[in-house]
Amino acid sequence: MALKTWKELPIGCVVFEPGSASEYHTGSWRSQRPVWDDAKCIKCGICYVFCPEGCVQQGEDGFFKADMNYCKGCGICAHECWPRAIKMVEEG
Amino acid sequence: MGKRVGLEVTVAVAEAVALCRIDMAGVYPITPQSHIAEHLSNLVADGKLDAEFVTVESEHSAMSAVIGAAAAGARVYTATSSQGLMLMHELLPIASAMRLPITMAIANRAVSGPLNILNDHSDIMPQRDAGWIAVFAENGQEAVDLSIAAFKIAEHKDVMLPVSVNIDGFQLTHMVEPVILPSQEEVDAFLPPFVPHATLHPSNPVTMGAFSMSDYFTEIMKAKDEAIKNSRKVILEVWDEWGRQFGRSYKPVETYRAEDADILMLTMGSMGETAKIAIDELRGKGVRAGLVKLRLWRPFPFAELKAAVKNAQKLIVTDRAVSFGGPGGPVFSEIKSALFAQARRPSIYNYIIGLGGRDMAVSDFVGMFDQVLADRAQAKADTYEFWGVRE
Repeated sequence: MALKTWKELPIGCVVFEPGSASEYHTGSWRSQRPVWDDAKCIKCGICYVFCPEGCVQQGEDGFFKADMNYCKGCGICAHECWPRAIKMVEEG
Repeated sequence: MGKRVGLEVTVAVAEAVALCRIDMAGVYPITPQSHIAEHLSNLVADGKLDAEFVTVESEHSAMSAVIGAAAAGARVYTATSSQGLMLMHELLPIASAMRLPITMAIANRAVSGPLNILNDHSDIMPQRDAGWIAVFAENGQEAVDLSIAAFKIAEHKDVMLPVSVNIDGFQLTHMVEPVILPSQEEVDAFLPPFVPHATLHPSNPVTMGAFSMSDYFTEIMKAKDEAIKNSRKVILEVWDEWGRQFGRSYKPVETYRAEDADILMLTMGSMGETAKIAIDELRGKGVRAGLVKLRLWRPFPFAELKAAVKNAQKLIVTDRAVSFGGPGGPVFSEIKSALFAQARRPSIYNYIIGLGGRDMAVSDFVGMFDQVLADRAQAKADTYEFWGVRE
């Protein structure tokens, strides 16, 4: 998405398109990514509950993963996961 | 036709605001502004003004409430003073960044401490960079005229910015003055209904005041700076239009006996009237003295100021506030900066006057002229001093 010049900004920077914040991929901020070890996961969903971005989703198989477009790598899921099934791994 | 009435200036301002058919007012009372809040509240309670009067619990809430109501498309008004303005400070740049046309009276009063309820400009000066258009009234009539014109300037499609109308506390707010109040028909003819650039409405959702990262923040600040600079054209148009309709015209910089003056004094607000009497006295003694009144503080009227002082040898800038540890009063700094690149400019002197309601008599203004005229070696040029301070 090409960045607008100052002349192209709407007055007062009003956003006229509802939900357009989803176009902003906060995943680009990430320096670490959460990696689930499904062998340890008990499908309790605490990672889903605590994710401040709401980007942790449950798959068909009942296991969880994060939407990497929005995961900022904050590590809260790994911190809260009491069976220690989530590990934060440095992004390459 | 309008009628000439004797009114306390705050009451006259509230009447003028009611003539603008505001939809909403959010005002918290504070001396010396309180009578504006009180009279507007009376007008609403008596059914004479069809508006929501929100009895907010603080000035921070007052500004928040008018921001919200303006975002919903309402014509809004608020008024404050001193500590109230300081409490609003956090929200002032947000109102201008959101490009919300809010009209606000500031009954200028000294900022604490020590606590002092009387007049100076130490409340408005810290708001200089908030992105608000700021105008200064010299008397009750100007307070009325500039308040009504403020709505038209603020709401103009090429402006969409908040405006503060500065009215000296007590010296103006609490004076009973003869004021011509325009009729409802005249104000209706002058001020069209408010057409917002966007409104908050559930059936057409928009986001206002969204977050911005560094990738856009610079562009947003540039757009805001250009917006307030561009408002100059509309301000001139609206004041000219006021002059054509009501016979009283306003300019960003106004002068009195300045054309052939060797020595000029610059004032903002009500002190211009006393300075004029001093100038008449000096003229009577053969001193070619004149007055420059700065009516428009933001956007700063560079061209008009340069033109007004171009032939003078000396310029006395009066300040009603202190920039502690700075280069002089805040107005002095601006004037020096505005004239810095001129090939020929007057020697500039700075007096900090009338702090916390200290009286300034005609003799004080004559005294400043005398002191500067006597400074033949220009030893005091480019310096500042506190006029009348006990040593």
